[in-house]
Amino acid sequence: MNIKKYLKVYSLFLYTSIASELEYKTNVIIDFITAILSLLGSLFLLTIFFQNTDNIGGWNFEQALIIQGIYTILNGITNTWFNPNLKEIVNYIREGTLDFVLLKPIDSQFIISLKKIAPSGFLEIILGIALLFYCIIINQININLVFLFLCFTTLFCSIGILYSLWFLISTTTIWFVKTWNATEVLRSFLYIGRFPLNSFSFSLRIFFSIFIPIAFITTIPSEVFLGIAQLWEILLELIISFIFFIVSRRFWLFALKYYTSASS
Amino acid sequence: MFNLNKNKLITLLKVQYSNMLEYRVEIALWAISGIIPFFMLNIWTSNNLNESINLSNVMLSRYFLSAFFVRQFSVVWVVFTFEEDALLGKISPYLIQPLNPFFRYFAQHLAEQITRFPFAIIIAIIFFLINPESIWIPSLGIFLLSCVSTFFSFLIQFLIQSIIACLCFWTERASSIERLLFIPTLFLSGLLAPVISFPEYIKSWIYITPFPYLIDFPANLLSGNDTNAISGFVMQIIWILFLFPIFKRTWNLGTKKYTAMGS
Repeated sequence: MNIKKYLKVYSLFLYTSIASELEYKTNVIIDFITAILSLLGSLFLLTIFFQNTDNIGGWNFEQALIIQGIYTILNGITNTWFNPNLKEIVNYIREGTLDFVLLKPIDSQFIISLKKIAPSGFLEIILGIALLFYCIIINQININLVFLFLCFTTLFCSIGILYSLWFLISTTTIWFVKTWNATEVLRSFLYIGRFPLNSFSFSLRIFFSIFIPIAFITTIPSEVFLGIAQLWEILLELIISFIFFIVSRRFWLFALKYYTSASS
Repeated sequence: MFNLNKNKLITLLKVQYSNMLEYRVEIALWAISGIIPFFMLNIWTSNNLNESINLSNVMLSRYFLSAFFVRQFSVVWVVFTFEEDALLGKISPYLIQPLNPFFRYFAQHLAEQITRFPFAIIIAIIFFLINPESIWIPSLGIFLLSCVSTFFSFLIQFLIQSIIACLCFWTERASSIERLLFIPTLFLSGLLAPVISFPEYIKSWIYITPFPYLIDFPANLLSGNDTNAISGFVMQIIWILFLFPIFKRTWNLGTKKYTAMGS
């Protein structure tokens, strides 16, 4: 692995995809408005929930805002990187252009996962961070180095799990050709990531921590943020994200063996 | 503009239905992706949030199940298909045919709903197995009325999306406008929370927008919760009558504006 080469290639990817996205200027503006409205909508839903109760699943409104902030950041990352790239896998396979990717002297998973970028998600990431800053103030959280380190670690692990989930599903395209709907199912499951895990019934809690680890994606980083996370939770998240990442990588290499290009 | 007779419609439906049957797995996945209302129900009941709006757990679960059904049979994706067709230049041959291409999309949607029906039923059965106390059988009249109002909800959304789709003639990416419009649909239609639970300052104006009539009204009707059926139907029809001429006009302007690839 030549990291310098990859960084150089990535900066080129970044440049070309932003340039091509900015050709549709109104489109970018509409996407920005969508991001803002979407956050307002989730906050609106939260206020409905908290209208007559002071906590859901043991989280009060100020604390639930943290989950919302983390969800918004992760959703922004999904919209910026995962969604545009992994949607493209379907096209690679249908049109047989995956051949060109595989022929390049660079890692295929790297190209497939990072080639495109949708700048509209940036605003969501910024909005999420702003919301988190607001939460630091209203929850009176003390910032220190350990806190920052743990926050970034768990957030980084969440991104890893999220990426691996998307990539795993997208990889199945090699067999099923159209998996657009499968990612849609994942999306609707991820949707519940904006609420604390404890606000669901016991059976759903089990489902969302074992089968689809959405619990780990937003709830644990939020707990770290509040300073109530247990050490084992953080370790578990580390282990799970590691496993997920390895599995998705292995699965991709395995799937490539079954790839027959469009004509063969 | 509309050159349609019964035979054409039936043929269109038949063709699209067999087309849809090819993608059964895909449609099953679509059906599954619509289960958000059940997660919402779980939050509502696990935290006793419904006490404040005077809805029992059973009525609330019926509401969310009905919302799931209404959503399954009113979901519209014409913008995305039209955008793809427009970008790939597939619209040109459609325009030459003596039939408005939107009938093709319309038939596609209906065929998809028919294909989706068994999957929706299976999901409902699983729901009833988990929540046996919420089983109910609406009277035939109510059932038919809620089918009509679901169809109206579908029509409203189809018209809105068709208008947006026509914008493809001017801008190449109309789907981002649709994503923008989807946000109020998601939060205000009653898919995530029944409209009666909304705060007063929203309830004071929301009933003149089309949103509550997309999910909340048909779902309340079907589940047997309180709703004003007459005003609901009147508003749905007003919105359809309002949107239809707009669609016709954008379509006419758009086709005049349209230049096929290369010309």
